[in-house]
Amino acid sequence: MTEPPDRYWRAAEPKAAYEVVIVGAGGHGLATAYYLAKNHGITDVCVVEKGWLGGGNMARNTTVIRSNYLWDESAAIYEHSLKLWEGLEEALEFDMQFSQRGVLNLVHDLGDRRSSMRRVNANRLNGVDAEWLDAPDVKDFCPIVNVSSDVRYPVIGGTLQRRGGIARHDKVAWGFATAADRLGVDIVEHAEVTGFTREMADGPVNGVETSLGTIRAKKVALVAAGHSSVLASMVGLRLPIQSHPLQALVSALYQPVLNTVVMSNAVHVYVSQADKGELVMGAGIDAYNSYAQRGSFHVIEHQMAAAVELFPMFAHAQVLRTWGGIVDVCPDASPIIGLTPIPGLFINCGWGTGGFKATPASGWVFAETLAAGEASDLAKPYALDRFTTGALIDEHGAAAVAH
Amino acid sequence: MDVGGSGVDRDSSLGFTFDGTDYLGLAGDTLASALLANGVDVVGASPILGRPRGVVSAGVEEAGAMVEVGAPWLDPIVPATAVELVDGLVAMGRPGVGVLPADATGAQAADHRHLHVETLVVGGGIAGLRAAREATGRVLVVDERHHVGGISPWSTEIEDLTAELVTRDETALITRATALGVYDDGYVVIYERAQPVARVHHVRAARVVLATGAHERPIAFADNDRPGVMLASAARTYVEWFGVRPGNRAVVFSNGRSGLESAMALHEAGVEIAVVLDVGPASQPHRDRLREAGVEVREGWAVAGTEGESRLSAVHVAGPGGESETFDADLLLVAGGWNPAVQLWRGINGGLRYDDATACFVPDGAGPPWLEITGAAAGEGIDPVTPYWYAPAEDLSHHYVDLQRDSTVADVLAATDRRLRSTEHVKRETYIGTAIDQGRTSGVLTAAIVNGAQGAGPGAQGPTNARPPYTPVPFSVLAGLDRGPKLLDPIRTTPIHRWHQERDAPFENVGQWKRPWYFPLGNEDLPAAVHRECLAVRNEVGVMDASTLGKIEIVGPDAARFLDRVYTDRMSTLSVGSIRYGLMLGLDGMVFDDGVVMRLAENRFLATTTTGGAARVLDHMEEWLQTEWPDLRAHCTSVTEQWSTIAMNGPASRRVLEALGTSFPVDAPSFPFMTWREGEVAGIAARVARVSFSGELAYEINVPGWYGVSTWEALMDAGAAHGITPYGTESMHVLRAEKGFVIVGQDTDGTVTPHDLGMSWLVRKDDSDFIGKRSLRRSDTIRPDRKQLVGLLPVEPDQLLPEGAQLVERDTGVIPMAMVGHVTSSYASPILGRTIALAMVESGRARHGQMLHAPLLGATIAAEVTAPIFYDAEGARRDG
Amino acid sequence: MLLIPCPWCGPRDETEFRYGGQAHLAYPADPDALTDAEWADFLLMRDNPKGDWAERWMHTAGCRRWFNVVRSTVDHRISGSYPMGAQPPPEAGA
Repeated sequence: MTEPPDRYWRAAEPKAAYEVVIVGAGGHGLATAYYLAKNHGITDVCVVEKGWLGGGNMARNTTVIRSNYLWDESAAIYEHSLKLWEGLEEALEFDMQFSQRGVLNLVHDLGDRRSSMRRVNANRLNGVDAEWLDAPDVKDFCPIVNVSSDVRYPVIGGTLQRRGGIARHDKVAWGFATAADRLGVDIVEHAEVTGFTREMADGPVNGVETSLGTIRAKKVALVAAGHSSVLASMVGLRLPIQSHPLQALVSALYQPVLNTVVMSNAVHVYVSQADKGELVMGAGIDAYNSYAQRGSFHVIEHQMAAAVELFPMFAHAQVLRTWGGIVDVCPDASPIIGLTPIPGLFINCGWGTGGFKATPASGWVFAETLAAGEASDLAKPYALDRFTTGALIDEHGAAAVAH
Repeated sequence: MDVGGSGVDRDSSLGFTFDGTDYLGLAGDTLASALLANGVDVVGASPILGRPRGVVSAGVEEAGAMVEVGAPWLDPIVPATAVELVDGLVAMGRPGVGVLPADATGAQAADHRHLHVETLVVGGGIAGLRAAREATGRVLVVDERHHVGGISPWSTEIEDLTAELVTRDETALITRATALGVYDDGYVVIYERAQPVARVHHVRAARVVLATGAHERPIAFADNDRPGVMLASAARTYVEWFGVRPGNRAVVFSNGRSGLESAMALHEAGVEIAVVLDVGPASQPHRDRLREAGVEVREGWAVAGTEGESRLSAVHVAGPGGESETFDADLLLVAGGWNPAVQLWRGINGGLRYDDATACFVPDGAGPPWLEITGAAAGEGIDPVTPYWYAPAEDLSHHYVDLQRDSTVADVLAATDRRLRSTEHVKRETYIGTAIDQGRTSGVLTAAIVNGAQGAGPGAQGPTNARPPYTPVPFSVLAGLDRGPKLLDPIRTTPIHRWHQERDAPFENVGQWKRPWYFPLGNEDLPAAVHRECLAVRNEVGVMDASTLGKIEIVGPDAARFLDRVYTDRMSTLSVGSIRYGLMLGLDGMVFDDGVVMRLAENRFLATTTTGGAARVLDHMEEWLQTEWPDLRAHCTSVTEQWSTIAMNGPASRRVLEALGTSFPVDAPSFPFMTWREGEVAGIAARVARVSFSGELAYEINVPGWYGVSTWEALMDAGAAHGITPYGTESMHVLRAEKGFVIVGQDTDGTVTPHDLGMSWLVRKDDSDFIGKRSLRRSDTIRPDRKQLVGLLPVEPDQLLPEGAQLVERDTGVIPMAMVGHVTSSYASPILGRTIALAMVESGRARHGQMLHAPLLGATIAAEVTAPIFYDAEGARRDG
Repeated sequence: MLLIPCPWCGPRDETEFRYGGQAHLAYPADPDALTDAEWADFLLMRDNPKGDWAERWMHTAGCRRWFNVVRSTVDHRISGSYPMGAQPPPEAGA
């Protein structure tokens, strides 16, 4: 554990021009700024944020970290991310309460078992740690899970990634911000991007218009999660993204009962217990498009029912606070990273419900892409043109709730 | 210590136990008031530092007195101020952290109900009662307390309003009922506490009036968390409402008029007021009244700190000129201003503005058209105050801001010193506002400290948002009837289900369906039973309950045209009486479902779907019909549950059918493969189809649902001579895999085209369009190296490839290893006497004859790639 | 819990409905004539505005009819609903 730094990031005044302007000071935008400076020596970077830093999905997610994705392309980027997580506190000299307490995915039926085994086997051959647990082993690993066969959807097993876990979400954003700031990156909060400047009407993007004035840039990087479509539409770019509410909740504080992260796709629950003692839970997305950062209450009620079946003792727990984020969902539940049809404009979005765990790698590969002006190897499969070719990276099959 | 009190019944005493000691309280008490009445001042401890904590408020804003309730209900953590006293209550102090019981025993039960009203009033204080009186139509008033009237002293107006409202026909008044959250379109979720069964009201209101009142807030000074330090208005409530003097000698510290009023009320109730420290705007009449009553009032003096073993024994005060003095006191009443209870208003994105006169955040702008906010919650009638946030001191590390997080003014300033500027960031650094009260007493204070540290005005930044629920609610209550032990998800069973149960068949969950998995005899395990069942089908005859297959009737003059667009092959050329297998694609060109289509009449078709896909397929068809092709005269009806479907497979099946007696000939020439006949089977009206999912001679017998069991039993009798054998889903899977028939959702995963499955023959090549056709031409879907369906024969014929095994060309032992495919289905085939598998493999059709390897933990299984068919490749068996 | 005005059944709770995303996306008259990019535009690219937009719902637990709704994605306020094939009423403002 390292102490908090003496100083977090500065409140920078934006200069007139930068080499790179990053739109969005969430985890991914800040990680991008940090790796631009750290890995590529590009420090003439400004991150503009319309609200407070890390105040979007970074402040609202349930902090699950894992890399046990099915497809090679996904495993590659998420495993790269997990490896970065494993050295991140040291690299940034920042305590993020990163805890590798394991992520346990419960399996409830034979079809679920088949696809889980497929994933476990793929993970192993991709160098991602993965184990299959039979129901008694699930019980041993996480004693409060109800593995009785006398429930509606009995737990028949599970997959475990021991290297998975959680981290303190806010501190991750702050860690990247503080480290990027030290390397000379300007971070400007409360500056809303209202448009883009271009060389000619249809020419390359060469800056952003903000509520604090115009900021020029050789390269503009959109890292705006749920608001990506809104920003892209300012330059006439249409994306295959829909913005949905995703709700989460915490309980009151309880003595430790849950030593790992448990996810169940079949009944749409994922839960962990934070160090302070609250249970942190999420559910599936709300059906409709929304930017309101709130969803419908029946989603929470269904989640409670499922949670109580899986963890009978949770019947006594109390919901303390519920909230919603705006998730940017792609048709294949995989992100878009790379160039756009508009020169000068780069994009990193579509992480949907799974962006937190990818924060370091997302920043890493996007920085690489920005620095080189072309997609890095890990980013290539995530190009926007996959929606034209049909080469989707469909993780829906692997995890209907992809966190 | 009883001094009267309008809210308690002095003739009705209740026994309760706290921390192992028995006490008496009164009906109408809260646990907090009863503890105060019994002189219990230290209720619990603080969560991190373990400092003693007592009652600081009289409501849900409580941040000090946290308890666990052990009986007669269970609640791991709750403020004592929110627990209504009942006889036999057992509680104990807790440091803000609860202990969850080991299982669900005793969890709060709750029913859910739905209400529709013209007006919902949230809050039964005087503002709420007034609003309710003005409202017409169906009116519902809810209040979180066990009484109406809010925190106002009881008055004849409250009495009159209540009397009027309870007699109105269409007005209901529910106490102990908390509005947890206000949602879109006048939807409000209300938790009514009751034993043994609580209630959740889902209210849809044409108009919602928030009359949620306001909460008094404290001022921070050294050791302000000591038991005996209390909000002034709370002390007044204890005196006036509960008839409890929370102490004997009090110092009062106020920055507005209401603190002076509280002091007067306490004085009148017999609490000695040592001194009143008034840092508020001039309120001469109030000061005069106090002085006339003999109470000392010092203007400009403030509290500097407190003293005491655990409970307060003395208060250090400081004068405007730097003077200091100490007063003996066991009670310190603090009145730091009021915060309108805007949590519900904020929850639906209502705006706020800072009001200078009252130094608080009040609703600003309009909310949704159906929402109003009134009374103190709207900032009406809030006392003007002189902002006074915390007592200046060198050391601010014992000036507590959030008692539930042991966070202090020093902690906030340390955060701002580290350059955190947003109240949201400070909350996340200090955890202030994240406990049970969600910052009711600490939020505005924190914002003021943050604003001050940046030299900004007090309204520059507001407090962080509280979120629903308004107060915590048990998981079991929200789950309602669905609180376990079993999730209330519908269980779908076939009409023949009872027969399977009587045969002790284990069931497999397939979506919501329960399907018999296998039918063990004696001590047979799954492999033994499946071995026997499969051989019975191959050699004699077996029957399976196929009723769960989805069945949709498509009817209308354009039904044939419609089906041509839905399926990849042509259905319009099907003749009445015939059957055709069909694949259905999503718009993305990927296989979506499969099944057979029977033409029942010129304009009537019956399509079957996979068990899991039935609802999806019906939705899909209806969506296209209604949204893209409303000109097509066709409609779809699900008939899945109307039919019992029995699949009889095996070479002896014709003889069984003949023995059973049919009203139509069943020999192969009269009743060919892929046709259907209607008539009687065993005297029951039936539709029989010559379709086979095993490759054997097979008849699918459909009878109206309620004849399912009798038909099944008749088949069992008629087939006894042939050893007719019931079989389950597992044998069905083996039999179809031996023939290379795919199961959509098992051998496919949403990324598989018909061409990948080797089913190009099912995709018509003419110009006509069908759903998904265009996607099949995209550059990625025409790649030659896509994964294709193949068969696998393990080199060792008794080695079973696990389903989900990944395949490599060569097991290099080096990670990462390039994978070329995966096993989708794998079984020991009884008829072949060896294991077989189906797999999706890159360029699979070009690999027939090649070896692939499945590296597994501890072993690698080698298998030869084959065509995906293992038995009766020439199809000789289907006609018996 | 949105209150969704089904044009045939009247206002009903959101849980009775299935969401269908963006409205007024017409299936191309001749998909075969489209380039891959044009097809992708129809198949996958979507508007996603912050504000009023027209979207489709189906009353799955009621009349099972598809219809259109104009709803704000900012505050969820619904300003109108109308049958498939119709254009948004002027008062819906989308």
